[in-house]
Amino acid sequence: MSDDILLHMKNIVIDGFSDESWHEIIKGVDLTLKRGEVLGLIGESGAGKSTLGLAAMGYGRPGIRLTAGEIWFDGQDLMTASEADKQSLRGARIAYVAQSAAAAFNPAHRLIDQTIEATLSHGVKTSAEAAEDAKSLYAAMDLPDPENIGFRYPHQVSGGQLQRAMTAMAMSARPDLIIFDEPTTALDVTTQVNVLAAMREAVDRFNTAAIYITHDLAVVAQMADRIKVLRYGEEVEEAETQEMLSNPKHPYTKSLWAVRSIEKPAETSDDYVLEIKNVTAAYGSVPVLHDVSIAVPRGKTLAVVGESGSGKSTTARVITGLLPPTEGDVLFNGAPLPAALKGRSKDQLQRIQMIYQMADTAMNPRHTVRETIGRPVEFYLGLRGSAVDQRVSELLAMIELDDSFLDRLPGELSGGQKQRVCIARALAAEPEVIICDEVTSALDQVVQEGILKLLMKLQRDLGVTYIFITHDIATVQAISDEIVVMWMGKVVEQGIKDEIMQPPYPEYTELLLSSVPTMDPGWLKGAAAARKAMSIAEETGKA
Amino acid sequence: MTNAPETYSAKDEVGQVRARRTRWERTWIELKKAPPTAWFGMVVISCYVFVAVFASALAPYGEADSSFGAYLPWGDGHVFGTDQIGRDIFSRMIYGARNTMGIAFATTCLAFLVGGGFALAAAISRGWVDQVISRFVDVLMAIPSLIFALMLLSIFGSSIPALIMIIALLDSTRVFRLTRAVAMNVVVMEYVEAARLRGEGLGWVMRREILPNIMPPLVAEFGLRFSFVFLTIAALSFLGVGIQPPTADWGSMVRDNASLIQFAQYDWKAGVTPLIPAGAIALLTVAVNFVVDWFLMKTSGLKE
Amino acid sequence: MHPILTTVLQRLALGLLTLFFVSVIIFSSIEFLPGDFTQAVLGQTATEETVAAFRRELGLDQPAIVRYFDWIGALAQGDLGTSFSGRASSGVDRSRPVVDLVGPRLENTLFLASMTAIVAVPLALTLGILAALYRGSIFDRMVNAVTLTTIAMPEFLVAYILILLLASLNPIFPSLANITEDTPFWERVYRCALPSMTLTLVIVAHMMRMTRAAIINLLASPYIEMARLKGLSPRKVILTHALPNAWAPIANVVAFNLAYLVVGVVVVEVVFVYPGVGQLMVDAVTTRDIPVVQACALIFAGTYIVLNLIADIISIVTNPRLLHPR
Repeated sequence: MSDDILLHMKNIVIDGFSDESWHEIIKGVDLTLKRGEVLGLIGESGAGKSTLGLAAMGYGRPGIRLTAGEIWFDGQDLMTASEADKQSLRGARIAYVAQSAAAAFNPAHRLIDQTIEATLSHGVKTSAEAAEDAKSLYAAMDLPDPENIGFRYPHQVSGGQLQRAMTAMAMSARPDLIIFDEPTTALDVTTQVNVLAAMREAVDRFNTAAIYITHDLAVVAQMADRIKVLRYGEEVEEAETQEMLSNPKHPYTKSLWAVRSIEKPAETSDDYVLEIKNVTAAYGSVPVLHDVSIAVPRGKTLAVVGESGSGKSTTARVITGLLPPTEGDVLFNGAPLPAALKGRSKDQLQRIQMIYQMADTAMNPRHTVRETIGRPVEFYLGLRGSAVDQRVSELLAMIELDDSFLDRLPGELSGGQKQRVCIARALAAEPEVIICDEVTSALDQVVQEGILKLLMKLQRDLGVTYIFITHDIATVQAISDEIVVMWMGKVVEQGIKDEIMQPPYPEYTELLLSSVPTMDPGWLKGAAAARKAMSIAEETGKA
Repeated sequence: MTNAPETYSAKDEVGQVRARRTRWERTWIELKKAPPTAWFGMVVISCYVFVAVFASALAPYGEADSSFGAYLPWGDGHVFGTDQIGRDIFSRMIYGARNTMGIAFATTCLAFLVGGGFALAAAISRGWVDQVISRFVDVLMAIPSLIFALMLLSIFGSSIPALIMIIALLDSTRVFRLTRAVAMNVVVMEYVEAARLRGEGLGWVMRREILPNIMPPLVAEFGLRFSFVFLTIAALSFLGVGIQPPTADWGSMVRDNASLIQFAQYDWKAGVTPLIPAGAIALLTVAVNFVVDWFLMKTSGLKE
Repeated sequence: MHPILTTVLQRLALGLLTLFFVSVIIFSSIEFLPGDFTQAVLGQTATEETVAAFRRELGLDQPAIVRYFDWIGALAQGDLGTSFSGRASSGVDRSRPVVDLVGPRLENTLFLASMTAIVAVPLALTLGILAALYRGSIFDRMVNAVTLTTIAMPEFLVAYILILLLASLNPIFPSLANITEDTPFWERVYRCALPSMTLTLVIVAHMMRMTRAAIINLLASPYIEMARLKGLSPRKVILTHALPNAWAPIANVVAFNLAYLVVGVVVVEVVFVYPGVGQLMVDAVTTRDIPVVQACALIFAGTYIVLNLIADIISIVTNPRLLHPR
């Protein structure tokens, strides 16, 4: 074994306990990591990447057991090492950065005490040294007021700051290896860039080796020297980052950026099916929308883009009548819609349908596919008996499923199939407008591509209009004709896709677009540098 | 799962797809997988129900037939002997099954009707209706239920209808809490919102969208509530303020025969006589708990 | 004002409000009495005059609101009214003030409850924490099986089994816990052994299971996993990471079970003929002596509310989010 190899995992097999028996969830994976190298571990939900990452520390969560293989960390096999030996490595030589910093910090202790805790308990530094060092780490992580921020409690700082503090915590003992477990997944895209840049810088500065776990290829392209793709607990392929991006070998790897490959020329129209005019809305006394005006062109796709808290979902609630606006109107085909759901006629309800993000919660788990799709057919179109069945079959064919699905319950469908059934349910009403609220963000990439293509085909065939609410710029690129950018309850700009995606940008649009990681491994450095020059960059939604 | 096709097709899409089975097949498979404790529970409950339903056919003597000698020993025509005024204890055990379980069952049903009804109304309407009912229930629950029951019994007397009404009222507060919590979780689901957006009426939303989804926890709660009501009635009867003589009931039977325990040194059979009705109560409670535990684990997927 | 103080005051106000509503409910119970209850109390031969005098004494000629405030005012001065028993149809009144009836018995009940709590609380917490720490071990499974069975048993079954084993078959303890004011302390303890043991068994079963569940829930927090992944020793994980967050759940468990103890005491006092408030209440229910029933109900409900209040306040003052506001 060569000297500069830090971690070598050989033929790892890991079992997980579910449905009252043990199943293999990692099926013989090898992994090598050199000193100072960053390995990206990428895969979709259920690929076993977190399990594998934790196994590198010799750790298995409850309900997980490391069954076979060897884990050589710097000459020591963690598979056979005693609990005490593993304890002396963890926190000192191998550190962990969790996905949710808010949950992983103990609410009862100050940040600094938690930052230096491992360093002290392993006797790496004295208390005073460690505290001084923590402050310099906070500074290195670009935390505001590094001298004092450590004396705060976890609930007193924002999510992005906590995530940086956790990286500082992992760095405190200057470990040889850090496991980053989806550390930015819970953050907004504009916050994510800064956290990524700070992490990358810290890892480079101390020449720390890292395993970076994520489902986002563009993120891993920024962080990793080498990328390993996992699927169903098996390795799909592994290559240098540059090589992987330019020349993926396996079709599955290509499918990971499937959504980015969809292209659609933008078209627009002056015929507006729906117009939102000067709408202001509030939840109770908390204002969420300020003077929002949006026009939706008929038969086209309007993408509403923004981060969490931008008001994009609230806009959908105003359109559907779930949240009557305090001021302003929603015009449908030129005529104002009653503000509240109760005031709308069946016909008005039928014209606007909605598809949700989580197909799981959008389908009644006790209704079969037949009932789910059949109900709007009965309810709006007044069909009965075999006419309903026939219509449901037609709709199933439209969403590329067949009659064998008729009597299934949602629990017997996969995520993508559920979302298709939800699309069929919306189509069953024969609507003019369908509001799609983050409909693909809970799905794996391949499935996302399928759903987006289906939606585009349906639009071509039926001429239906989409209002597509999303935070994902890649999805916007793929399917939109027009784009509305929202920020803090206001519309920043609306226009045809090609114009919005080209400079000059309003300041927020630029921030948003420049925050979206691209496949170019050099992107992060440029983006982070540009960010420092901008004024509203630092955690816009600082809670 | 490993042999996923290279080309994508919605129909072949893999996921956590369960095999399709009819309801009967599923139930039977679940039953076969049930742990021994659950089987034990189901067998015990079936026996109790059988005895309760056919009480008058099974009992050798009448419920209030006191034509025998007092405190006769076990055997000799009286399996468990006779009580202090010469009634056959075995027969009274059988009638007691019918009376105690029947009253507990009626009470639980009433509690669910009242508590569940109000809870659904509160969960759907929310706003002030919910606030008023919930605060009222909070106050009622601030008085321990046995104490509350004792107080109300002192006012209304210990007739069986009063007993049923009072305990049902007190228990309906617990039912309300649970049903409301469970219903609240369902009401915020997007499929309920989707139904409302479709323009469905309140009746449909309640019947078709909410009710089917709150049934499993409510069924489990029914079991737990039943055993709780059963214990409360037994305790009240034991205290002498519950089911009144000559109606046979396990709680008061314990009380009536309690003094026999002093003679355990001389005749162990006599000594354990008061423990028989008490044991019958405990056995049923254990059985119900076993079944509910298993049912909850099945329906919620909880492993702990 | 510090948010903790505000929250605590809010909680106290809520507690007082609950107490107020509870007192209204308990007071108004007398309103539901059938019209002829005075006859039932005084006997069928009571003259109209005695009945009228009795009604006047109860204030039944006054509006309910006035009577409520009279009642609550008297209560504040320690006057719980006069018992119904001891009155005769002739008008001769040998009834006693409720305070005299309840006072000494309350002391006895508190004695039994404290004696139980002192043993049960530490025992249950220790068992619960151990079972949670060694989850899945033989010890854990054994304790679980035993407590599950105990929980399903009515209190009187536990009591009679103990009597059978420890008083009847092996005469170690007395089966009747009859004590008087003159009974010396250790003699009291000896006589209370069986009732206290019964209560302990029942309470420990509940409390231990709840403690176990609360601790397991706590140990499943991501910050506990994080502490383990920092390489801290198991001892340190428990002491510095789990314990500071455990006060609230543990306080809730203890309060819930002490409140349960308050109720359990009624049945146990009757089994062992122990002269406490519980037995007094049951006797009063049988004889429909409403003032005594009301007083007992108020005592039990009050204790219950106060215990829950204390638990809530402990949760509030140990909550780091409130201790260290933004």
